[in-house]
This record gives sequence, structure tokens and C-alpha cells, in this order.
Amino acid sequence: MSAYTPPVQALIDELGRLPGVGPKSAQRIALHLLKAEDHDVARLAEAIVIAKKRVRFCERCFNIADENLCPICTDTRREGSMLCVVEEARDIIAIEKTGVFRGRYHVLLGAISPMDGIGPEQLKIRELLTRLEPETVREVIVCTNPTIEGDVTAMYLARALSTLDIKVTRIGTGLPVGGDLEYADELTLGRALEGRHELRD
Amino acid sequence: MTNYRDEAVVLRTYRLGESDRIVVMMTEANGKVRAVAKGVRKTRSRLGSRLEPLSHVSVLLHRGRELDIVTQVEPLDTASALRANLDKMTQGLAMLEAVDQMTIDREPVPHVYRMLVGALGALAQGGSSLVVGAFYLKLLAAEGFEPELARCTSCGSGEELVAFDVVNGGLQCRSCRTGPAISSGAVALMRRILGGQLAAALAEPESAMTHEVTRIATVAIERQCDRRLKSVGMFERHD
Ligand SMILES: [Zn+2]
Ligand SMILES: [Zn+2]
Repeated sequence: MSAYTPPVQALIDELGRLPGVGPKSAQRIALHLLKAEDHDVARLAEAIVIAKKRVRFCERCFNIADENLCPICTDTRREGSMLCVVEEARDIIAIEKTGVFRGRYHVLLGAISPMDGIGPEQLKIRELLTRLEPETVREVIVCTNPTIEGDVTAMYLARALSTLDIKVTRIGTGLPVGGDLEYADELTLGRALEGRHELRD
Repeated sequence: MTNYRDEAVVLRTYRLGESDRIVVMMTEANGKVRAVAKGVRKTRSRLGSRLEPLSHVSVLLHRGRELDIVTQVEPLDTASALRANLDKMTQGLAMLEAVDQMTIDREPVPHVYRMLVGALGALAQGGSSLVVGAFYLKLLAAEGFEPELARCTSCGSGEELVAFDVVNGGLQCRSCRTGPAISSGAVALMRRILGGQLAAALAEPESAMTHEVTRIATVAIERQCDRRLKSVGMFERHD
């Protein structure tokens, strides 16, 4: 029983699928776009298409990249022996801001969520395991969100890596449980990185 | 009554907008409740740390039209013992998922709440390979789907009960048998779980028999929920 014509309703539906956009916001954005100048709307549409076409995931760490490898993977000054595992590429930005970490990253593209049926094989965990030996990684720092999903992921990684001669640590102290890593301020996140503790399964 | 206080176990959460979450919890007096916890994904939020799945809390809620609003949370148990152990954590989540699936919003089921608190406590205190299976059987019984363990669900015979059929909801004798086989040890163990000897049953060491009971209990509850439970044995299946 939509009051809108099909094209407008389709636009609202598409916008409503974006993260953080509820039905009311979708409606507001859609009506805003319809009122906007043609060239403004065209520029937005083009920016989306170009970004989607040019940007891809780093072949090694799954960070966002515009070449095969991301700038962090190609930077020879980074310490290859330390690997920080994060859920999403945006977490790398948060950790980079702290200036505390000089190693490389691995993006899982999510977290294990048993209740959603998201298991290890849906994430970039196999790709993580195959990196460790060739890159002579000595420590894996698990920087997943301090949520149940983040905890499950961290404990799973501790188990998966337990047979290897690699130290597995988790950031923790000072990061309130339940929050998203991306909202942590630099000081808190920096301290949490320095105060990481060893994980054992 | 616009504000109400209750105790609850957090069953699961969903992200909402930029920084909020919808928290689904099993309360003691008000049944399963969905409430918005505002700002909890900002790491400065004090509410957030207490509203993760498995947490046992005392909450003050504001009744809303569709969703309630969490206004205060006091932790009763942050489930840290569960969260430090992969197997216990996934067993706990498997129980939460079943409770979420088996119950409907705002229908008070204080006995289910108490069973859940008890089972999570048992898991934290040491655990048992039967905690999840026993909990499922007790949950089925509490919700009126107690499996028939005394006689054949088809002919009523008490002899040679060799199969368990989830469609009929219980045991079957050799001549009526349509379901998969069940061992006599598993039958005895299920009878103990539902017959008031839960503690003794939980002390049973892990064995093929405890796995059998867990498997049957899982299939039985999945039938009642009319869907597969995603959390069950995730790491056993994929390891
Ligand atoms: Zn990279
Ligand atoms: Zn029969």
C-alpha cells in the first residue's frame, strides 16, 4: 500500500538497505534526491559507480586498495612479524590513528556470528592462515570488536593458531565491552593495543 | 505503567542506525522483550558493556509502542567465564538461540527464564557435554512438547523401544518404528534429565551417549522451532 509511485518506492527500498538508514531516513533521502538538481544527482550516482569499479580489496590483507596490494602491504618499513587482525577495513583507520602499531593487517570482512550462521569459512580466515608462515609472522594481535561476535572470533583464532609457534594476543583493557572499535578514541585504543594480553584456548 | 523494572538475560542484539542496538532479552516477569539501547556502540556508553548476549542484568525499561527503551542497566553477571572459553560461549549462544526461537514477545514465561539462568550458571561453573541437550529437552517439556519416553508413541507398548521419531514426538517400538534408532543408554539418560535427576545426568562424562542425546534433543527442538538452529555445534561441524 505504498503512497509512492513504483520508481520512488524502489529508490526508498534501495536506500533503506544501506547500513544505518532506517525507513524514515530512506524516505527523507529519497525525497531530497528527487528535489535536487539533475547534475548533483548524476554526480552522486557517478561517484558510486566509479568508486565501486576502481576500489577493490587488497589481495593479501583485504584492506581497501586501488591496486592489487594496499599501501600498507607494499610499505617495506612496516614490521612483517606483527599482524593485526580486524573485522573491517575501517578499523585499520582507527588503529592507524593511534600511531602505536607498525606491523601489517588482515581484514576478516566480518566476525564469526553463530546465531547468524556466519562461521569461519565465510570470513577471510583461511587466507589469514596461509599468510602466516611465508610472512614469518610471530605475533597475531586480534583487534575484533569487544562484542560476543568479536570474542568468539578471537577465541576461534586462538584455537586455530594454537598448533603454530605464534603468539596470539587480544586488545582489551580499557575498551568497553559492546562498543564498536571505530568509535574508540585514539588514546583509549592506543592503550588497549599496548596493554594486549595473550589468548589461550 | 510506562516504566518497569525486571531481570533479564540478553538473547541477542541487532545494530540499529549509527550507534544504537536493538536488544532482545528474556525477562523474568515480562517474557521476551525487544528494546532499543541508545548509543551503546559508542565506546563511552556505560549501557553497552552490560547488554551483550549471555549477560544477566537488572533493567529499567520504558514501554514503547513497538520497541521498549532501555533506561538503566545493572549487571548481575557479565558472563565473563563463558566469554573466555570458545566451547562454553557457543554452547551458551546455542541455548539463547533456542529460547529466542521457542518464545513469543511479551508472553511471560518465568519458568523458562529461570531454566535459562540455571543452565548458563551450570555452564559457567564447569559445564558438561550435556548442558545444551538437557536444556533443550527441559525447554521442550516446559513449553508443552515433552518427548514421550515411557511408551511407543504409535501403539503404546512399553517394550522394545528402539527408535525416536521427532514427528511423533517420542519413542517407538520395534514394530512401529519409522524414526532413527536410539540406544537404551540414551533413553535412560533422557529419562533422568526429564525425571528430576538433572544434576546426576549432567555429571555424566562426555561419551557417544551424551552426544546422541544432544543430537536427538537438537533435532526435536529444531522441529518445534520449524528451522535449524544456527549456533548448534558450529565449531564441531566446521573444525
Ligand atoms: Zn594489504
Ligand atoms: Zn509401537
